[in-house]
Amino acid sequence: MNERAWKGFKGGLWRDAVDVRDFIQQNYTPYEGDDSFLAGPTGRTTAVWKAITDRFPEERAKGVHDVSYDIPSTITAHAPGYIDRDKDLIVGLQTDAPLKRAIMPYGGWRMVAGALETYGYPVSAELEKVFTEYRKTHNAGVFDAYTPEIRAARKAGVVTGLPDAYGRGRIIGDYRRVALYGVDRLVEVKREEKEELNTLPSGGRSLEETIRLREELAEQIRALGELKTMAASYGHDISGPARTGREAVQWLYFAYLAAVKEQNGAAMSLGRTSTFLDVYLQRDIEAGLLTEERAQELIDDFIIKLRIVRFLRTPEYDQGFSGDPTWVTESIAGMGEDGRPLVTRTSFRYLQTLYNLGPAPEPNMTVFWSPRLPQGFKEFCARVSIDTSSVQYESDELMRPRFGDDTAIACCVSAMPVGKQMQFFGARVNLAKTLLYAINGGRDEKSGVQVGPATGALTSDVLDHDEVMAKFDEQMEWLANVYVHSLNVIHFMHDKYAYERIEMALHDRDVRRTMAFGIAGLSVAVDSLAAIKYARVTVHRDASGLATDYTVEGEFPAYGNNDDRADEIAVWLVEEFMRKVRKHPTYRNAEHTQSVLTITSNVVYGKKTGNTPDGRRAGEPFAPGANPMNGRDTHGYVASALSVAKLPYEDAEDGISLTNTVTPDGLGRTPEERIKNLAGVLDGYMASDGFHMNVNVLNRDTLMDAMEHPENYPQLTIRVSGYAVNFVRLTREQQLDVLNRTFHGSL
Amino acid sequence: MTSLALGPATPAATSHAATSHAATPPGAAAPATPAAAATRRPSEGSVHSWDLSTGVDGPGTRFVTFLSGCPLTCLYCHNPDTWKMRNGRRTSADSVIAEAGKYVRFISASGGGATVSGGEPLLQPVFTGELLHRMKHELGLHTALDTSGFLGVRATDALLRDTDLVLLDIKSWDPDTYKRVTGRPLRPTLDFARRLADLGQEVHVRFVLVPGLTDDPADVEGVAAFAGGLGNVSRVDILPFHKLGEAKWQALAMPFTLHDTPSPTPERIAEVREVFRAHGLNAV
Repeated sequence: MNERAWKGFKGGLWRDAVDVRDFIQQNYTPYEGDDSFLAGPTGRTTAVWKAITDRFPEERAKGVHDVSYDIPSTITAHAPGYIDRDKDLIVGLQTDAPLKRAIMPYGGWRMVAGALETYGYPVSAELEKVFTEYRKTHNAGVFDAYTPEIRAARKAGVVTGLPDAYGRGRIIGDYRRVALYGVDRLVEVKREEKEELNTLPSGGRSLEETIRLREELAEQIRALGELKTMAASYGHDISGPARTGREAVQWLYFAYLAAVKEQNGAAMSLGRTSTFLDVYLQRDIEAGLLTEERAQELIDDFIIKLRIVRFLRTPEYDQGFSGDPTWVTESIAGMGEDGRPLVTRTSFRYLQTLYNLGPAPEPNMTVFWSPRLPQGFKEFCARVSIDTSSVQYESDELMRPRFGDDTAIACCVSAMPVGKQMQFFGARVNLAKTLLYAINGGRDEKSGVQVGPATGALTSDVLDHDEVMAKFDEQMEWLANVYVHSLNVIHFMHDKYAYERIEMALHDRDVRRTMAFGIAGLSVAVDSLAAIKYARVTVHRDASGLATDYTVEGEFPAYGNNDDRADEIAVWLVEEFMRKVRKHPTYRNAEHTQSVLTITSNVVYGKKTGNTPDGRRAGEPFAPGANPMNGRDTHGYVASALSVAKLPYEDAEDGISLTNTVTPDGLGRTPEERIKNLAGVLDGYMASDGFHMNVNVLNRDTLMDAMEHPENYPQLTIRVSGYAVNFVRLTREQQLDVLNRTFHGSL
Repeated sequence: MTSLALGPATPAATSHAATSHAATPPGAAAPATPAAAATRRPSEGSVHSWDLSTGVDGPGTRFVTFLSGCPLTCLYCHNPDTWKMRNGRRTSADSVIAEAGKYVRFISASGGGATVSGGEPLLQPVFTGELLHRMKHELGLHTALDTSGFLGVRATDALLRDTDLVLLDIKSWDPDTYKRVTGRPLRPTLDFARRLADLGQEVHVRFVLVPGLTDDPADVEGVAAFAGGLGNVSRVDILPFHKLGEAKWQALAMPFTLHDTPSPTPERIAEVREVFRAHGLNAV
């Protein structure tokens, strides 16, 4: 059976062991041409997509289209669903109807009940009893083990966005394995892996580790069985390998679908699938079984399914991360270790969906950029960016040496070899607020409550740089400790109560684990420290002695101008916080990593943070991710980007996010030169050790008009820190933040 | 300086005094390299600002140095803050080169180069010459000189040898209109253009299209015919008039006389482009 499915495929390693990378390397056909071969949408594609998009305005207005409110979601909980049973080429939905959201109570009952109440659905008394009395949830476990200190830090907003009330996500199953091997073979391998652990303790693991792993493998095997059952309900037997391109897409999608039926992880990324699928599509095209139009149609239909992944979330969640992000991140291109580009025709076909279906935030199209990529592909990417603002770019040259060439991005900027590494996601801490704690001796500048350690408030009228730095060091030391502690609690409980069975079933048994810490407010903290160092910052205190405002006199260098005086502070801060985090042991001995990423939460963090010594007013949004503060980068976006490029990837291996918004005129005067220039800018940034660039090519007028007339811009997509959103689905505050963010090239 | 789509970026409006001073001219605090200082006396010039731009100040992404001072007073200038040399900051060539040096790696990969602009760079010909020479030979960058040509006579042949591309503004073919727009005569610009043609120097011509001012058909035809006849013009940029610089005029308490002038319509821009194309020019 396998031999028939694998007919014409080369190589042997991947046949004997689960090794998708080897399969790709032995069989893929690099494509070095341009976009001229691509096909537009078929009538069927357009009709199916219209059937879905017609429901978007109502969904946007209500917040949800529909909710399956009384069935806790599992891989097999829902009957099959279709957009159009006769027209769907790739089948499968999270519930029994499109856009109908599922409840996933293992993460926490309170969030489920809250969301149901918000959207006007009944809260089942029976389920409430189950998930509060009989079955403990992740959220309940976490709050049992939190310390008072963690709770206080969380409440004050100095540690924020922790995945203690929602799925942690950022785990990418190797969904390709299901297509290549079929489920039965994967079960067989997992059984063997489990049997190796029959003695206790096993392979240098402790007793507890061994037992935990055996239980996890049992769960993984069970989940694989459910995956088969779910596929069978749609009429597909996926016990063996996929035999055609269409089956390969379908098998892979079933595997992914199982994951999003089981987990509402914050980021449910897809991996690196285009070049894998290209092997199958290419084989069918060569055999005369597929035309380009049909191949594109399969990809279009698959992408439609990915675009309508939905999770039921609370309004509080949406406030931080609005626009219903799911981070179905797909990683495209990059260079192979053997020097061949990992670009195939299907890499182009994925991006082509942004034309065939129009711009969209999901799936989160992520191109691994290298100056060595074929020019035809580079220019197509640039064109798609200019036309749709829906693509992000990450440095293949920084990732490949560390992670190899079968690496994908989880969420926004977190790199991991597919099926071999997972992360314990850790949101982020607010370094700008931490700096205020240094000045106020650990008291919160908004509430006056003692949150950080009582290190003694600074009493001088003019801030002294050395004094501030000494206190800042103490507060950061405390923060790192609290932060690591909280993540250890969260991930212990997540493994225990909301384990990602199917996603981990599509990993090797012995995975590398990272614990991904994050920092927000970098530019505010850096500019504040620069102001204290290079200008004269006078403190204003309230009656209780709390520093609440600052006056800055004189000039200071700002982060974002490629000026080492400021940029060195940013580099130091990234390194120093990472160093402090690394001091503390982690759950399952995960390796500490760090990101500089905020997504849209820069608005909320800013809201929770008082006046800062850089002149920023209380409540004003932070810059997103690693971006310099709005308007302080005064020498153009290249200078701004090169400040960001100085941040050391080795101390921020979970990613450094930069979002650039440029007007079309800021790239050149003709469409051709804009394409060439944008590709050049990406080459230049990556050659300068830049890690990530979100590229928006937009006019301010367009955004202003979209705020006034959202109905005219249902698909207007913009990139924010690390992902993309429908602009019209942002909150008004977030829209204003995007508008106020530095628009480069407007004059 | 001259054309509309060029020039220093408007400093972003910031609500706090503290942040508006963040932009400092190149290397205000950067020490001159000891080697350079030891071997010769570094020249200095009056610099307004520097900026990185893409696709508007010559091909690709470029390090643009805006020098202060301009003999012209164009009615539509969007950088009137660069007119007076005394408003610039005295800056050494060493520090400009040091700043540009930070971008060599980027520009080598992206494509692009360095542009000396203004103001009118040829108002400071020695400084401009040194910048171009060092951008080209020390940093290995493609070099461009952005000029109105009015002071073209001050550009030595050596300066032009260090210039890969001249961005030449021809603001009108009609001497009276030219005078009205710039306050100066047209002739020196045309002489400079002919000299560049004789030298085989690559030129991009820029023509700012201002309704009711520079869009007279005879005027457009004149510039196009002249540029087409030179033989060294590889590109013509038709730059539509805009009013984004008006705030700067107000800030300087100078009357902006084109307040009621509209931007040209896309149709008119396309027509003008065709006039240039009819003379065999690559007009965009």
